Formats: sequence, structure tokens, C-alpha cells
Amino acid sequence: MNLIKRLNTFIHDPFEMKILMNKIKELFVLIIRILILVGVGYVILSPLIGMLVNAISSDVDAYNPMVFVLPQFPTWERFQLAWKRLDYLPTMGRDLLYTGSLTLLQLLICSMVGYGFARFEFPLKKVLFAMVVVMIVIPSHTVMLPFYLTFRSFDPFGIVTAIHGAPINLMATVWPMYILTALGCGIRSGLYIYIFNQFFRGLPKEIEEAAFVDGCGVWKTYFKIMLRNASPAIITVTVFSIVWQFNDTFYAKLFLISENVVISKKIASLQANIANLDKVLDPTIQELYLDAGVLLILLPIVIVYLILQKNFIEGVERSGIVG
Amino acid sequence: MKKRKRLTLLQKRSLHGYLFILPWLIGFIAFYVRSLIMTGQFSFSNLTVDAINGGFQLENVGFANYIYAFRVHPSFKQVLTTSVADMVIDVPLIIFFSLFMAMMLNRKFKGRSIVRAIFFLPVILNSSAIQAAMDLSATMMAGGISSQAAEVTATASSTIAFDINYLMNMFISLGIPGAFMDYIVQAVSRINDIISASGVQIVIFIAALQSIPTSMYEVAKIEGATAYETFWKVTFPMVMPHIITNVVYTIVDSFTQSEVVDLAYDVAFNQMNYGLSSVFSLVSTIVTVLILMLVVWFIQKRTFYYN
Repeated sequence: MNLIKRLNTFIHDPFEMKILMNKIKELFVLIIRILILVGVGYVILSPLIGMLVNAISSDVDAYNPMVFVLPQFPTWERFQLAWKRLDYLPTMGRDLLYTGSLTLLQLLICSMVGYGFARFEFPLKKVLFAMVVVMIVIPSHTVMLPFYLTFRSFDPFGIVTAIHGAPINLMATVWPMYILTALGCGIRSGLYIYIFNQFFRGLPKEIEEAAFVDGCGVWKTYFKIMLRNASPAIITVTVFSIVWQFNDTFYAKLFLISENVVISKKIASLQANIANLDKVLDPTIQELYLDAGVLLILLPIVIVYLILQKNFIEGVERSGIVG
Repeated sequence: MKKRKRLTLLQKRSLHGYLFILPWLIGFIAFYVRSLIMTGQFSFSNLTVDAINGGFQLENVGFANYIYAFRVHPSFKQVLTTSVADMVIDVPLIIFFSLFMAMMLNRKFKGRSIVRAIFFLPVILNSSAIQAAMDLSATMMAGGISSQAAEVTATASSTIAFDINYLMNMFISLGIPGAFMDYIVQAVSRINDIISASGVQIVIFIAALQSIPTSMYEVAKIEGATAYETFWKVTFPMVMPHIITNVVYTIVDSFTQSEVVDLAYDVAFNQMNYGLSSVFSLVSTIVTVLILMLVVWFIQKRTFYYN
């Protein structure tokens, strides 16, 4: 009765009617928005969920068509064997050390170069900065052969030949990556230089002028003042750099860097290893071990991301990456 | 006297500037400039690597490698055109999808940070080795949605009661062009690729949306603009410059992950044909740069710069 009364007021009062219609419209938009977000989120997460399910399924579950998402006889065995075959802790330790040190190097070099471009006036600056953009745009496979040959017989200006007698072969070591990164040509260094440049350009000049008046040198200003203020850009570059360095297989393959250092390379041979060493001959079951291995490899990077993610998105917003 | 002192200070500043960019400058000249020249040189030569001492010899063969790549090699032209075609399909979809998602994630709602974290997740998972395993599990998980267009129609016609062909035929008989329908079907079946390729773009667009002054939206609201008009008259023009950034990023990204790279790598390090590989790299780079220039020029003409 009450409802009918209310409906009556809605029908007869155009103002109330409008409010009602607006509310219905808002509800409708909200539902659609939730549906889209949940749907897209599912598409992103479904491979991960699938891998997790595979990694805890037992042999019986793998062939049971009734099993979907929840395995009937869950098992940790996949993780245990993948852990063993990946030689997980030592390999991951080496990889994290490698990725971490390269990230620090990227941060130091790229922030320096970005600052140099942002705050100093020097001849040819515009041309040189255009070269940074060129570096971002050129696909890395264009220069892969010369990189390979350069480090295959490494001999800058004949110095190595003078000391060592012959050019040294840096293949299968991590040195090419460190040399490239230290000289600002590492994985996507151009992009990081660009990000830092945009960020430093957005900082007020007065800070440095005050430092200069107080007798602070250029390098001290940079390390003690500018870098401390650059945390949004630093977090952005840190996340990008860790993620891309950790996931990189292109350079690791090119320089034949050992799979004991680059764990993403090891995943490629995991399935074959498990097939040959543990005599798991069924390809379907092998894939379950592969999924467990992939999850193990993803674990540290996801943890780093989850720790940094809130700062990261804010960092991108404030670091002027878009400017 | 005073003027001279100022000048030396400026000179000092510029010297410091060079010192700051010195590491990059050395690296750029020693690796990039030199490598580009070398790649050009290799493409005109027959290169043999000395396996023991590590040196290499070049033998000039003129345009032989180019002629071989375009007239004899069985798959290069096809792989190149496929890569370009994939890119042409993907880039607009990625841009619009990421802009749409960014607008959605830019609103305030509960659990926003979790949702944002999920949307950037594909960037983290974007490694070729991991991707292969992911694709497999995605196919197992979802059947239709992540598999290719052919598979969608195949499963649809065989087992599942709902027939996509029926729907498509209906639209085609309604007079919608077949090519457009193909594009839509392609887009839907590639949704997994598109979503996983747009993580960085979404973040860039979110940042771009944050930088639009709220006063503009207030004015639009006072003037009585609908949400649709506000999007086309305020949001879209304001994010236009960032669309260029994103298009460049997407094109470069899709080329570095395309099959041309795999082919060039394979030819160089498995077949030891370095000259031919240089031709592949060089030709695909030139194609990429040409497309980039064309697209950037095309968008830039229509871009409005606020500042």
C-alpha cells in the first residue's frame, strides 16, 4: 500500500520522477562498470589462477574432466620437484643480486644523464636529446649483431690487447650487461633517461639556486638535494627496471649469460630437465611442473611489485612521465 | 670584468652538463652509433666469424643479401607483413582500450588500488618464457576467449550451443561490411593480447587524466555538457599529446616482440647467416621508423597543446 502511494507521488511529481530516474541510471552505470572491471580483471588473472590450479593438481586431477579450479587431490609435489630442478634459492639469489645491482646502476646513470639534460645548457643539447629519443625508438634487434661481435672480442681502443695480448671474449659472462648499463645503454635506458629528464625539469630551480648561494657544489647539489627529491621518478624507474631486467631473455640469450644467473632462462629447460631426469614422460604432467616453476619464478617479482605498487602509480602520476 | 666572470660561470655550467651526460654519450657513440654503422655494413657483406680467435671477416657482396631476402627467402616478406598487419590491428585497439580503462580507474571507488595493481600485472608477467606457459594455461582456463579467431568459430560450431557464425551472418545480412565484422571478431579473440599489452599505456593515461585541471570539468558541467560531450570536448583533446607517447610506445613494443625479431635472431645465431640477419633487422627497423613518423605526423596535425 505504502509502495503504491510512493509510486503515485513519483508519477505525479516530475521532480521526484527525475531523481528516481537518475538514481536508476546511476545504478545501471555502476553495475556495468563493475561488470567490466571484474571481467577484464578476470581475463588478466585467469592465466595465473589456471597456473596455480595446475601446479597443485595431482596426476588424477589432470585427467579428470570434472575438475575445474578446485583440484580433488591437491599436492605440493610439483613445487617440490620444480624447486629442486631450478636449484631455486641459489639461482634466485644470484638473479636478484644481478637484477638489483643493474637496477642501482641504471638509477645512478640514468638520473645523472637526465639531470644533465634537464638543468644544464650546453651546445648541441637539443640534438643529443633527440638521440636519446632515437635510442628509445630503435628496436634492440637492430643492434644485436654488432653488440654480440663487440663483446665476443672485447677490445676498446686496443687497451685489452696491449695488456692481455689478445681481445677477451666476454660471452657467457655478465660483464656485457654491466658495461652497457654503466654507459647508459642498458635495457630501455633511453626511457629512464627520458623519465628522469621530465621529472627534474618539473622541479623548481630555486632549490638549486639556494644551494649554489650557500656554496654547495654542482655534484653535491645533485647527490644531496636533487636525488633526495626525486623519489617519485626513482620509484617509477626502479619498478620498470627491476621488472624488465628480471624478465629479460633477449639480452641474456644474446650474451649467452648462464641460466644459473638469469632464472627466466632456466624455465625454458625446466620441462626437458624434468622429463629426462625424473622420467616424467607425459607432456600434460610435465606442463604442471612447468606451471609450478613459472609461479616460483614470478614470486619475488610480484612481492616487490606489491610492496612498491602504491608508491609506483603515484610516482608515475607525479614524475611527469607524461609531460 | 663583470661580464667575463659571468661567461666563465656559464662555461663551467655547460662543462658540468657534459660531465653529467658523459657516460651516456660514450655509450651511445661506442655502442649505438657504431652498431648502426656496422649493421649497415654487414647487410652488404658476407660475414664469417672466426670461431677460435673471435674476430670476423667481411666480404663485400653488394645488394646480394637484399635480393636474397626479398626474392628468395621463403618467409621474410610474409613475416614482415604479418607483423605490420598485427600492429595495425592492435595499436588502435590498445590505445582506445587503455584510455577507456584509465578513465574507469581514475574515478574514486572502493578497492581502487587493488584493481590498479591487477591492471599493471601483465607488464610484470610479460616475459617470453613465462608468456608461453601463461598462454597455455589461459587456453586451458577459458577455452574460447583467449584462443585465436579460428578456434572460437571451431568450438562454436562443434560443441557449444551458441553459434558465433549465426550471429556474424545476422550482422552481415544487416548490411554491416564483412571486413568490419572480421576486425571485430579479431579484436574480441585477441582480447587477451590487447589487455596484456596495455599495462604501461593505462598507467600513462591515468597520469595524463590526473593532469587535466578540474576547473575545465566544472565549466563543462555548468555549461550543461553531457558526459559524452565532456569526453570529446575536454578529456580527449587534453590527453591527445599523450596518445602520441602511447602510440610510439605501443608500436616500438609490438615490433620488439614481433616475429621479425625471432626470425632475425634465428637466421643470425642458428643459421650463422649474419649478413641476411642484418638485412632483416635493418628493413624492419626502417619500416617501423617510417610507420612511426607517418603516425606521429598524422596525429600531431590534429593535436591541441594546452601549454
